[in-house]
Amino acid sequence: MTDLLPPPTTTPKDWASDQEPRWCPGCGDYSILKAVQTMMPGLGVSREDTVFVSGIGCAARFPYYMNTYGMHTIHGRAPAIATGLAMARPDLDVWVVTGDGDALSIGGNHLIHALRRNIDITIVLFNNQIYGLTKGQYSPTSEIGKVTKSTPFGSLDHPFNPVSLALGAEASFVARTHDMDRAHMVETLERAHAHRGAAFVEVYQNCNVFNDGAFEGITSRANRDSMLIPLVHGEPIRFGPDKEKGVVLDGQGRARIVDVADVGPDSVLVHDEARAEPGLAFMLSRLSSGPHEPTPVGVFRAVDRPHYGSETSRQIEAAVQRGVGDLNALLHSRPTWTV
Amino acid sequence: MVDTAARSGAPEQLDRVIVRFAGDSGDGMQLTGERFTTTSALFGNDIATLPEFPAEIRAPAGTLAGVSAFQVHISDHEITTPGDAPNVLVAMNPAALRSELGKLEGGGTIIVNTDSFDERNLTKAGYRANPLADGSLDTYSLYEVPMTSLTKEAVAPLGVKPRDAERSKNFFALGLVSWMYTRPVEPTLDWIESRFAARPQVRDANVAAFKAGHAFGETAELFDHPFSVKPARLAPGTYTNINGNTALAWGLIAASELSRLPLFLGSYPITPASDILHELSKHKDFGVRTLQAEDEIAGIGAALGAAFAGHLGVTTTSGPGIALKSETMGLAVSMELPLVIIDIQRGGPSTGLPTKTEAADLLQAMYGRHGESPIPIVAAYTPSHCFDAAIEAARIALRYRTPVILLSDGYLANGSEPWRLPELSELPDISVTFATEPNHTNPDGSRVFWPYLRDPETLARPWAVPGTPGLEHRIGGIEKEDGSGNISYEPANHERMVHLRAERVRRIADDIPPTMLRGDVEDAEVLVLGWGSTWGAIDGAVDRCRARGRRVAHAHLVHLNPFPRDLGDVVRRYPRVVVPEMNLGQLTRLVRAEFLVDARSITKVQGVPFTASELEAAILKELGD
Repeated sequence: MTDLLPPPTTTPKDWASDQEPRWCPGCGDYSILKAVQTMMPGLGVSREDTVFVSGIGCAARFPYYMNTYGMHTIHGRAPAIATGLAMARPDLDVWVVTGDGDALSIGGNHLIHALRRNIDITIVLFNNQIYGLTKGQYSPTSEIGKVTKSTPFGSLDHPFNPVSLALGAEASFVARTHDMDRAHMVETLERAHAHRGAAFVEVYQNCNVFNDGAFEGITSRANRDSMLIPLVHGEPIRFGPDKEKGVVLDGQGRARIVDVADVGPDSVLVHDEARAEPGLAFMLSRLSSGPHEPTPVGVFRAVDRPHYGSETSRQIEAAVQRGVGDLNALLHSRPTWTV
Repeated sequence: MVDTAARSGAPEQLDRVIVRFAGDSGDGMQLTGERFTTTSALFGNDIATLPEFPAEIRAPAGTLAGVSAFQVHISDHEITTPGDAPNVLVAMNPAALRSELGKLEGGGTIIVNTDSFDERNLTKAGYRANPLADGSLDTYSLYEVPMTSLTKEAVAPLGVKPRDAERSKNFFALGLVSWMYTRPVEPTLDWIESRFAARPQVRDANVAAFKAGHAFGETAELFDHPFSVKPARLAPGTYTNINGNTALAWGLIAASELSRLPLFLGSYPITPASDILHELSKHKDFGVRTLQAEDEIAGIGAALGAAFAGHLGVTTTSGPGIALKSETMGLAVSMELPLVIIDIQRGGPSTGLPTKTEAADLLQAMYGRHGESPIPIVAAYTPSHCFDAAIEAARIALRYRTPVILLSDGYLANGSEPWRLPELSELPDISVTFATEPNHTNPDGSRVFWPYLRDPETLARPWAVPGTPGLEHRIGGIEKEDGSGNISYEPANHERMVHLRAERVRRIADDIPPTMLRGDVEDAEVLVLGWGSTWGAIDGAVDRCRARGRRVAHAHLVHLNPFPRDLGDVVRRYPRVVVPEMNLGQLTRLVRAEFLVDARSITKVQGVPFTASELEAAILKELGD
């Protein structure tokens, strides 16, 4: 908004507000906050042109800790509020920080419509598979059978796979990362930020109080190599300590995990995040039904399509080009008579 | 007209006439009524209209449920209501006759389309015998016109298929009534030309039908003579015919221009508010951004996001939508951001009567939120006043950094009247200043921005928009510390903030005009206190009571929260206070609670406005007549 000069050089400290974070000690949110504050100086953006918007939940406190503009709003409504903000001001960098309950339960409708419209915002969903702020009820990403305060006999709900959901809404950018790997987080969030249109990033995040260790089976250092499937554009999808596992399309058109030795390296699927059709990315998202089996991380999909804010601006510019609105002419635009 | 006069005498002068066009939902009665209205307005009459249509787009044809009607009152003097009882009923089918006849004045004129009075339609309307033949209409002046067949004959030379030809019969009716009341034909012909320019056959058929209807009046020996209603002596100026929703949309555009802020509308379609979204969507040349959101909540959410970004944020809806938006209104109260929330009220609760009018959301607007969350309320009282009310709502929102609710209703939204167009110089300057500099010095001498440091006069907080370097701040729904705006759970701070938010709204009373009063202001026996669209009917009723020698005053409220400073004195000044409302006494409750006066309620919740005669009777009854 202000000028065309490059933004001043900043350090991660410049992006931290003067407010003390109030998450539980050991919460995964701290590592995500650190990753974001570490990343910001490298993005080439100004603090004054950056807005973090959140709803309600533990994750939603995030904007208070960033020394930028910020709105801490209503449970589930952050994508809707960010939609107005981004439409009104295409010059701003708008982030939405949300959680699994906020984005996928009470705010599910706003999430899918923000993705469908391709609003130019970056949505970061902290998925801890539990309601933390309300002290431990199951969430829309909790596994079936989960015993919580509200499900003493085990939860009966079939969980959402957030990546599948975002792809189903035809989000133009969909990725997954986790709170145990800052480098991967930063790399993924940088990609999301650079994307024009709605970018959706699921971050597996540990809630050490109400759902401790939910992702340990796949994200701990010891398990990562064998349980995380890195998606890298243009490269064969392989994983395992010796890259001995790979993903292939089987005869039924399904993505499957195989031993590379059994099929030969040439049969392994090469990841193409830019495919226009979201179908294959969706299949990759279905490789894992939860953080207990090999799970893809990285960018599932990154395609260019027109985004709502710039299309709105284009229509306005075209109308203004034809002639700027004149209030007096508007008032006289219908048949008039004079007394 | 010369020929006509030669045949049957000069047009008979009338000072006013009320025509009610009624037919099936598919018969085009709304359009017919609107054209007759526009022509009369352009001719210089004062006008007031009451469109009434079913909620169903096409209720089963020929049934009572499917009847759509449009009442228009045209006059050579100033009028404020669409009239009590129509003088003329145009009934396009038996169902229209049956459902609307009771509204017609005794001995009034009925014009029917006889072609539709067949056994099938009579049965659908619930007639056992044909009312045109059984003598039941003998006390009326009944004109039987085979409109469908005459229309078909008129358009046959154009090669129009009979089924399509029938569609033009409303223009035949319009032509006939236009002849009866010596309306100029050019405005209608011009309108048909431009409206149907892309469909020449439809255009030609409608022109032929209109001319045939006009010629039928002139040549058929049915009518003795036409009538005329002279232009009204309105205040000098340039006029246009406007309905409430259009006036409201234009008022929002004007507010955007006057505040020099881009307009952002977040809205979800709902009757009877959708036309504001439609109208604003056309005006991108004013930089208007409209979002048809995924739901009501997203509509107001996006508007609030735009407000944070420095736009004039607006959301439009009706009662059920207000309920859905109430949580976000609470956030807007807490964030202290300007936001205009527009409620075009309709019959409720729930889906209720979506196309009918009611004014029963006053208490929802006043109290329908969680916590102590006062919101200023502005109410429009005529269709054209919706323009001023929109500017006033925006003015208060911007000056005091608060959400404002603007109440209109289905009657104002769809009803129309002549509007003397304002000069732009008459409109208020409502421009705002964004914060650009830090406003607080820390103990260490550093300058910082405190988002909740208030203007001592208005108690409004500074509005710093993203993109302003050095003023980065975070605001949200959690209670904030007075001044710094940081999260605070401190008990005394919360109490202070609750009081500050209430006081900020109270102080608006110093910034609004005194109560609008007319009639026997000095010595009235009774004060009639109204708000919203009851204005016209109250005005008419008060005049009639005064003509009978009673002393009556009329106060009408545009500002319902806060009330004008003098309202307490006004309601205590008169021995009696009555409050007519299209609800069960909501303003009455507020006035009784606030001023401890024995205000009496006059209520009507039938989905149609009060008539002046109903209110006249109610006021006289209150006075013991």
